[in-house]
Amino acid sequence: MTDQIHAVSHQVMWNRLISVVEEQAQALIRTAFSTSVREAGDLSAGVYDTKGQMLAQAVTGTPGHVNAMAESVGHFIRRIGYENILEKDIYVTNDPWEGTGHLHDITVVTPSFYQGSLVGFLACTAHVVDIGGRGFGADANSIYEEGLYIPIMKFAKQGEVDQTLIHLIRSNVREPDQVVGDFYALATCNEVGHQRLIDMMKEFHLTDLNGIANFILENSRRATLERINALPRAQASGSMRIDGYSTPVDIQVSLDIQQDRILCDFDGTSGLDKKGINVPLVYSKAYACYALKCAIAPEIPNNAASLAPFEITAPENTIVNALPPAPVALRHVIGHMIPDAVYNALDKILPDTVPAEGAGTLCNFQVSLRPRTDVQAPEDAVRAEVLTFNSGGSGARPRLDGMSATAFPSGVMTMPVEATEHTGPVIIWRKELRPDSGGAGKYRGGLGQYMEVGATDGHEFDFSAMFDRVDHPARGRQGGKSGAATVVQRADGTPMKGKGKQFVGAGDRVKLAFPGGAGYGDPADRNKELVLQDLARGYISSEVAKKDYGLTDTEVDSVAKSVSLGEAI
Amino acid sequence: MSDPSIRLGVDIGGTFTDVVLEMGSNQYSTKLLTTYTAPDDAIIEGTKRVCAQAGIKPSQIGQVIHGTTLATNALIERRGAKTALITTQGFRDVIEMRSESRFEQYDLNLTLPEPLLPRQQRYTLEERISAKGEVLIALNVAEVDALAEQIKSAGYESVAIGLMHSYLNSDHETQVRDSLAAKLPGLSISISSEVSPQMREYERFNTVVANAYIKPMMKSYLGRLGARFKDEGVLQPIFLMHSGGGIISIESAAEFPVRLVESGPAGGAVFAAHIAAKYGLDKVLSFDMGGTTAKICLIKNKTPKTSRVFEVARTYRFKKGSGMPISIPVIDMVEIGAGGGSLAHVDAMRQIRVGPESAGSEPGPACYGRGGDQPAVTDADLVLGKLDADNFAGGSIQLQTANAEAALKSVLGESLGMDVHTAAYGLAEVVDENMANAARVHAVENGEDLAEYTMIAFGGAAPLHAGRLCEKLGVDRLLIPAGAGVGSAIGFLRAPFSFEANRSVYMKLSAFNTKVIKNIFADLEAEATAFVRTCDATGEIFAEFKAYMRYAGQGEEIPIIVGAEQAAHPDAASFLQLFETDYINLFGRAVDGMDVEITVWSVNATTRVENAIAVNLSSKGERASASGKRKIFDPGVSETTDACVVLRDQLQTGSWVAGPAAITEDETTIIVPSSRTAIRQSDGCIDITTTG
Repeated sequence: MTDQIHAVSHQVMWNRLISVVEEQAQALIRTAFSTSVREAGDLSAGVYDTKGQMLAQAVTGTPGHVNAMAESVGHFIRRIGYENILEKDIYVTNDPWEGTGHLHDITVVTPSFYQGSLVGFLACTAHVVDIGGRGFGADANSIYEEGLYIPIMKFAKQGEVDQTLIHLIRSNVREPDQVVGDFYALATCNEVGHQRLIDMMKEFHLTDLNGIANFILENSRRATLERINALPRAQASGSMRIDGYSTPVDIQVSLDIQQDRILCDFDGTSGLDKKGINVPLVYSKAYACYALKCAIAPEIPNNAASLAPFEITAPENTIVNALPPAPVALRHVIGHMIPDAVYNALDKILPDTVPAEGAGTLCNFQVSLRPRTDVQAPEDAVRAEVLTFNSGGSGARPRLDGMSATAFPSGVMTMPVEATEHTGPVIIWRKELRPDSGGAGKYRGGLGQYMEVGATDGHEFDFSAMFDRVDHPARGRQGGKSGAATVVQRADGTPMKGKGKQFVGAGDRVKLAFPGGAGYGDPADRNKELVLQDLARGYISSEVAKKDYGLTDTEVDSVAKSVSLGEAI
Repeated sequence: MSDPSIRLGVDIGGTFTDVVLEMGSNQYSTKLLTTYTAPDDAIIEGTKRVCAQAGIKPSQIGQVIHGTTLATNALIERRGAKTALITTQGFRDVIEMRSESRFEQYDLNLTLPEPLLPRQQRYTLEERISAKGEVLIALNVAEVDALAEQIKSAGYESVAIGLMHSYLNSDHETQVRDSLAAKLPGLSISISSEVSPQMREYERFNTVVANAYIKPMMKSYLGRLGARFKDEGVLQPIFLMHSGGGIISIESAAEFPVRLVESGPAGGAVFAAHIAAKYGLDKVLSFDMGGTTAKICLIKNKTPKTSRVFEVARTYRFKKGSGMPISIPVIDMVEIGAGGGSLAHVDAMRQIRVGPESAGSEPGPACYGRGGDQPAVTDADLVLGKLDADNFAGGSIQLQTANAEAALKSVLGESLGMDVHTAAYGLAEVVDENMANAARVHAVENGEDLAEYTMIAFGGAAPLHAGRLCEKLGVDRLLIPAGAGVGSAIGFLRAPFSFEANRSVYMKLSAFNTKVIKNIFADLEAEATAFVRTCDATGEIFAEFKAYMRYAGQGEEIPIIVGAEQAAHPDAASFLQLFETDYINLFGRAVDGMDVEITVWSVNATTRVENAIAVNLSSKGERASASGKRKIFDPGVSETTDACVVLRDQLQTGSWVAGPAAITEDETTIIVPSSRTAIRQSDGCIDITTTG
């Protein structure tokens, strides 16, 4: 009986720890200044035992922190040393290789003491608005140009914040108040977690976390291994070619499902790019692991034990295992493509499970506006930086259409156009679905979207593109067709580049067509009702309805008639 | 004929229609099954019943206040009018693209919620207003005329008009409306600058679409209801409870039916706020737990916390983002899939999970003996001794303990190696922990410490779980009011006439414009007051001014209450001080050197509610005599206890009982944990505090 009751308390404590990290994350979302924290959920929070093993992690918008967070506390312990870990200390880093993949991500770790003893750690990560250097973009040639580098160090020594560090940060970044504000927000968020953790220990009369840690890790390990061992022991490889920066990038994946583990290796993947789209291994691991978990063990929470059986490796200085001093600021551009490449291999082992390829990388761009320089600008013209997050279509699933204008794998949230237009003299003239962009199939790919961007009178701007799939659209599975490719043009139709900074003069606009997801299965097998519905809604044009899905002219006409009557099909 | 002191509160809920008649200090209530095909039938029947109980004629009723879930249900079940949306060219798909996010990260087979209107029912016009409210592209009259023809030939019943930046400049929306109204008399039209004049196109467009979608139906329902009451001799006006916790005229409700969404739960929060006022409590957590969900609301200074946007019709395990946003003034509540019918299972980690799946009323929990074979929260409550099998719902349902045990054993016990009793304990602990965690996260989001709070619990399942919840949250005092079963309907009778008007106008404190602010507040006050005047021609009307502020660059604003003096004579330094004070309360520190911006302004005009009569707290009198003993498992001490059983209606003012105890009544049972003592107050409230 007492053992059983113990098991119940352990369950309650596990739930509580998950609540602790959620509270931590909520506190951050509400106080952070950085757009990508708030809009893209580009943050994470976790609780750890004294060995640095992650026990629980908040589920936030980005899978990119999954493994990175899990590993980083180990680096902190190693660098600081147990003998120097003191009550009320706070540690910090933005090391891309020991943190979460680029200098913009600040990781803060706080040791948790109870009754004078170290009982665990709280950690959190957030993307700050600026970290100096060239600013957020792919244009740096090495990490040294990408901004201020903070090695693992003490942010506060026994409660005393290191003012020299604060001074250095303030002097090196463009928005010192916001950035320093975010450092404090991260520290506060850990403090919230620490208080909750201690409350729980008091309530359950614990003096350490060993018992609950074992319970969480054992159950998670067992559940994960059950899933893995139910899979066929098989090997498969897959690959995907994408645009890259200057030359196309090949992502090559081989999977090997063994007893108690899955090996995922990137041998054969392209080497480093000269520009900042390279990826530290922690970040590649996160996306590979995320992809595998979604397909194999989606409901098992992330912790040290549930992640351990996924062993991700890549040869040094491939683009997915970039070493210093490679530039890595836009590591998400390649990182977001990793799941599709992993699925290309996994589909061969687990048919009928994974989606067709989708847009992958978020369709983000930054607009740097300034008073026009070609003629006299009006007096009220201003400068402003506007960053937007947008999604293409996701790939069709084995039994469902892809999702339109919805990102996978990232969990981005777009900002309302009305809000964006208040942040600077920018006008978004169009933001709507892109018909015919979802790859045809028994299940159709999700639609991409159109956007059209200009400046208000008297302004010109630099347009920093961060797009992929211009030359390499998403590929279908099982006979499904490709999604539409990315198109970037000026108002007159002149093509623009998919990546990098480009000038747009006063009065000109950028016209964007973001990629659609690919289809799944033979379009000829698509349910007729769904084809008629797609046509009525304008997801597909009558040409595509006839060409890809074989609708007759009569059927097309009857849909047109019902649309004119405002009928919902 | 009619007597203003005789008032009727009517709440149409998902399952039951509650009717409460109040005559002076006497209350008469009845519960009927909701009659979905003609909801007014149950209302009239219930009205007759309570009038008979009170010995009056319906014509003596002085005021009717009504709240209903019909608007919410129409949105959830998609039973609205044939509706078209007219929007700005380039933005046809705003309500479909949502925030472009996935609300569940790890589900590869996620299905997104369908927009209320499919794409072919969304039309665009070439026009554009800028973020400064200036016309970038003028409206093309010929295009509007052509669109009117299309609307006509397609036979739409209702039209929503939502244009970009209309919250700043509504000229284009009103021009389109006037033009359509002139050509198509009888067409129901809603414009976003009136329904929800707030920045953020997805929320605003979705709100105006929802309003248009349910408007014809609600208008006809409200008209019919008025006529039915007239037939019964009730000639006094009918008022409607709105989601913000106040009441509005039947005409305003028919024009803005989207404001009726969630009016029932709002009544519950007002009910709790009234109890808070009677007891002089400034910090209250209201906890309402029914059959499928639990709702939690923070009530500070006797006022429920409000918000300017919420989500209805969640399609995926109550997940944020899986429903549709409605931006209207609303009481801020957290809804959790945890109720008496919530079902338990074992997950891959061999952990007990509870809800949000629910057994509903058919087949219901296993112990109902109607074929349910999955263990529900009620089954665990029964096995733990919290419920008496022979006296459930006043003895109307005989509970089958054996069925509950079998379900607990087969679903939980066998796979976890637990005996039935421990499985029941685990189930109850998990559901209580889920609710406690939701309350904790909500408190953190609002910068509150629940240890300083008192809980007020109502709803059928709440008294069974509230005591344990208080232990988990470190809450020392729990009040369980009388009449808790019809709490929402009673709450309607405690609500003021009120209307909140708001508008988005962007302003940085560094560009503080006194004149503009004075005008905004004055306009909003006039608008809100005018609505309240239609309900109450003479009473004094109070205005509460709010500015939603944030540091420039942040994503979420916090509502800052601005005094009447500041609203009339605003100055930047005071606004900054008000903001920083609240910000520090919420987040612990201010951020030096950051500019602050205001995004939304609001004025809530309200009449004053009759002051709650303070309850004189009774000191401990007689120890209540027990009607029996029962074995109840107490999770706080992890053992089965001999609890005494007390009948609630035999408790006198001041009589008390020490936990472990069960205080039983027809509708439910109050569980008093070993750590607590319960005392009956003069108003019938059971007041439960930490012993010692």
